[in-house]
Amino acid sequence: MLSRLARSSRSSRPSRSLSHLARQAKRAFASEASEADASPQVSFGLSDEQQGIQDLARRFARTEIVPVAAEYDQSMAYPWPVIRKAHEAGLLNLHVPEKYGGPGLGLLSCALVSEEIAYGCTGIQTAMEAIGLAEAPVIVAGSEELKMKYLGRMTEEPLVAAYGVTEPGAGSDVAGIRTTARKEGGSWVLNGTKMWITNAGHANWFFVLARTDSSAKPTSGMTGFVVDADSPGIHLGKKEINMGQRCSDTRMVTFENVVVPPENVLGREGDGFKIAMKAFDITRPLVSSAAVGLAQRALEEAVRYAQERRTMGKPIIEHQAVAFMLADMAIQTEAARNLVWKSAWTKDAGLPNTFYASMAKTLASRTAVENANLAVQVFGGAGFNTEYPVEKLYRDAKIFELYEGTSQIQRLVISRTLAALYPAA
Amino acid sequence: MRPTPRSLLRILVPVKRCVDYAVKIRVNAQQTGVETNVKHSMNPFDEIAVEEAVRLRERLKDAVKGITAVTIGPSKAQETLRTALAMGADDAVHVETPEAAIVEPLAVAKLLRAVMDKKGPYDLVILGKQAIDDDAGQTGQMLAGLLGCAQATFASKLDVDVGAGTADVTREIDGGLEQVRVKLPAIVTADLRLNEPRYASLPNIMKAKKKPLEKLKPEDLGVDITPRLQMLKVTEPPKRVGGQKVDNVDELIAKLKKAGVLPGAA
Repeated sequence: MLSRLARSSRSSRPSRSLSHLARQAKRAFASEASEADASPQVSFGLSDEQQGIQDLARRFARTEIVPVAAEYDQSMAYPWPVIRKAHEAGLLNLHVPEKYGGPGLGLLSCALVSEEIAYGCTGIQTAMEAIGLAEAPVIVAGSEELKMKYLGRMTEEPLVAAYGVTEPGAGSDVAGIRTTARKEGGSWVLNGTKMWITNAGHANWFFVLARTDSSAKPTSGMTGFVVDADSPGIHLGKKEINMGQRCSDTRMVTFENVVVPPENVLGREGDGFKIAMKAFDITRPLVSSAAVGLAQRALEEAVRYAQERRTMGKPIIEHQAVAFMLADMAIQTEAARNLVWKSAWTKDAGLPNTFYASMAKTLASRTAVENANLAVQVFGGAGFNTEYPVEKLYRDAKIFELYEGTSQIQRLVISRTLAALYPAA
Repeated sequence: MRPTPRSLLRILVPVKRCVDYAVKIRVNAQQTGVETNVKHSMNPFDEIAVEEAVRLRERLKDAVKGITAVTIGPSKAQETLRTALAMGADDAVHVETPEAAIVEPLAVAKLLRAVMDKKGPYDLVILGKQAIDDDAGQTGQMLAGLLGCAQATFASKLDVDVGAGTADVTREIDGGLEQVRVKLPAIVTADLRLNEPRYASLPNIMKAKKKPLEKLKPEDLGVDITPRLQMLKVTEPPKRVGGQKVDNVDELIAKLKKAGVLPGAA
């Protein structure tokens, strides 16, 4: 169904402009629409295959992740056994095309998986997702050889990769990165420091964005590289101890005269910024769906507890103040999920999705934070205690408003699209 | 059921689409049944049956000629067949019945016999010991009765000797375990301890949609599925009366004695 919709929307609107976002004055009447096309225009249903994928991810999360999540949160150990099992079940490298050994799933199917995995533990989900994040630039811009080599090995064995863009002095301001790559002989030599790199301590290879032309504008002076993690000159920092998602591995990575062969350049020299940004069109809906997964977990935990816990002679779900909190959690979760699905569907339909992806990211991350907060509130004193599942959700949720573009940056992206959509008279 | 040459085994695995075991069941307002507009999945015992068929092939390799999954139910039951295919079945048969039809175990057994006549012969039929919705626990036995072949119910271990044409089955019985040897063709029903079903992995889910799925109707098979039993009413179980908390063990024992539920107490 989705692919059919995707085709029809492509054929009806061949241009990749933003015009599809603009308000449509005509076809406002339901009667006209039904005469024009008997088939439904909108579907919120999943295909059998998507249903199967969702069932698998749900079952995996509930049997393999939920029981061990608290333990990994406390020990902060990297969840290798879970990663290996996920690889075996085919739940990693989801958007790697079939040609390179992956299932080549569409973004909506990937989003179904990341929501379910995140329901189990967003620390583990982030470790799994960061692999996809690193692969995205390779899928978007890599040469055939590069894809075969670096994507192929990921599908063959359980390896992880890392996406290296953020620096100590430049996160949101990607244009401000200082890592340099200069040409020496035929090769490139990288120097600089990357910060908060997910999976850095365990990665087999890195995607690295570096400045290759200091005189050019940042958007055209950067280049993306695939860098083997065992290259001489790569120094890993200690594991950073963060508030939440504690089993996810984040570190500083220093590149000191790291030699990268010319064939490891992604796309054309100078295209790095665009490639790194394009990868976000794929990964933002997935990070957003993970936030929905966390929000869903908070909702379920809160609703269950509210039926068991009694005060003043009745289960607290019968106190209106609590009931309304639960209702708000449900509303927000459903709204966020629908926006995430739309952002994923837009990408699958071949339409520009940056606008929706940023909206989904903003709403879903806020929902995760609010639901986690409300879940702690519903649990009362128990919510503040580490023996109960919700304080972890509270700590884990915050990162969703920070990584893959802060909520402020998302609003910048959205607002700039707005100005282009509705120009001043 | 005509046996195939001794060296090749064909396995049939009937599966049923049931309300998911994790769903909290509710009786409908008309008291004619339970709410079915909820998540469904494969009957857990049938998952064990599919798993056992797939494991048999892993053990016996080429001696297993094929594994066919079959389901009887409305069009949505196809999802369940796709799951079985993703777990490792080779092909599937869907006997489509109307959405609202109640198909009793006897009708299921007759349909299965008809499917075996049409698609068979099969040497081994592995079913779940019961479906978690109607809790009948009858289909396997009825099928064996109709076919006049051996049956081994509540299996917790299954060994097949293809050459000898026999299967050794360990059965879960009240007092412990019982080992029996049955001649193939035979019916085996799976108990919980037989195995732990695998995930249908993502690549296999995707491959499953390319595997053959044949659709039949009860009329094609010449089977009348009209229920023999008339269901009068479905109701919720009586609500449990709220318990109470006691302060200490002595009080607990005193209350239990008073209720006459403590062994030895009057």
